[in-house]
Amino acid sequence: MSKYLLFSKKNRKLLSDPLDDNNPITVQVLGICSALAITVQLKPAVVMALSVLVVLSFANVLVSLMRNMIPSRIRIIVFLVVIAALVILVDQVLKAFVYDVSKELSVFVGLIITNCIICGRLEAFAMANPPGKAFLDGLGNSFGYGVILIIVAFFRELLGAGTLYGYPVLEDLGLYDFGYENNGMMILPPMALVTVGVLIWWQRSRNQKLIENN
Amino acid sequence: MNVDSNSYTFGFATIMVLIVAALLSYAAIELKPYQDRNIELEKQQNILSSVRINVERDLAEDAYSKYIKHEKVLNYKGEEVDGVAFDIDLGKEVKKSRADQLLPLFISNIDGSTQYIIPLRGKGLWGPIWGFVALEEDLNTVYGAVFDHKGETPGLGAEINQSFFQDPFIGKTIFKDEEFTSIRVVKGGAPEGDNHAVDGISGGTITSDGVTDMLLERLDMYLPYFNKMKVATEVERVMAEMDSVQLVNDSIIP
Repeated sequence: MSKYLLFSKKNRKLLSDPLDDNNPITVQVLGICSALAITVQLKPAVVMALSVLVVLSFANVLVSLMRNMIPSRIRIIVFLVVIAALVILVDQVLKAFVYDVSKELSVFVGLIITNCIICGRLEAFAMANPPGKAFLDGLGNSFGYGVILIIVAFFRELLGAGTLYGYPVLEDLGLYDFGYENNGMMILPPMALVTVGVLIWWQRSRNQKLIENN
Repeated sequence: MNVDSNSYTFGFATIMVLIVAALLSYAAIELKPYQDRNIELEKQQNILSSVRINVERDLAEDAYSKYIKHEKVLNYKGEEVDGVAFDIDLGKEVKKSRADQLLPLFISNIDGSTQYIIPLRGKGLWGPIWGFVALEEDLNTVYGAVFDHKGETPGLGAEINQSFFQDPFIGKTIFKDEEFTSIRVVKGGAPEGDNHAVDGISGGTITSDGVTDMLLERLDMYLPYFNKMKVATEVERVMAEMDSVQLVNDSIIP
């Protein structure tokens, strides 16, 4: 009976696994390009995390519903069509009714379509599981993706620009009076990679089973 | 049914593409009027903020008709031609040859002084950038500037639409001793006291350079008009002077 409960142990695992043990960014190393591109500030990172949440959950459900009908030879193309259609639809609706949000999002639309996490989850999970589970898997993975994005953006914005969510934290603390200067390097993409690297290092030192044996 | 047969694969692909295409075109057509309205209001909002009037999008239309007094269309010689300035798509105009371009110009009146608002259009790193720059009555000093972009890098080039980048333009001049210099966006910061340069954005150099090029290119197109206006004001001034001389003479000669 517990099999049918929404929050059975198995289903909870679908949500919690991607946060740590099976994180799409730090463990599977997917979606790195978007993680580098939009983590300069917190705000775009949050917006991106939310957009991926919507697109990944719905794409997972749609593909899961069609999983027995999709010819295996063109399945990747089908995934791309589903993702692209969803993204464009969402973008069009936002443009018509919440124009300001759509302006924030505009640049991410292309990035969502190319986000390997989405294709990865569709291929690895949605093709083999029923819609309910696929939806939970979508949620879990977008949380895992979003958490890393927000952590990286937090450090890059704080150290690179001295602000958090556009709010000048360091200026209010009066750090600049002591000769502190923002680290311009943090704004550039290479430092995102280094930050993600440090995160991976920290995660593996804490969670030893993630270390691969060579 | 064998979902991996060739005919099924072709059939599936065809039907899927048709459904998705129908869905997306339906959405695009249904939502177009709302989107166009937003874009129009945003343009009015942008024009207004170039003369430092910031209004909510919903109120843009009223404020626009209140402050913007004239809309003109000019040709490359600075002559006025027929047309609706607001409807000109600058993105298309900049692709034409210099002589064929139509140049929109908006003239506002705030607290009794006149501002000349020039629409801008150029290239950033990833796509088009645009904006409006407002000049004071002397057609030299910048009254205000606003920039926007389609898809510059968030946190870097995209910052051109922030006030910390736009505000330093205020009070800068585009002429140096009668010679047109435009305003440069300088990587690493504008030299102290340079009245024709503003600070660039760290990490957004290509977008910053795009703004420099855009200002130079677009303002240059309006020089014939500026010259005409300046000659006209000069003539007016001389005429007024002559009038007063005349009056003096009239009063001397009995």
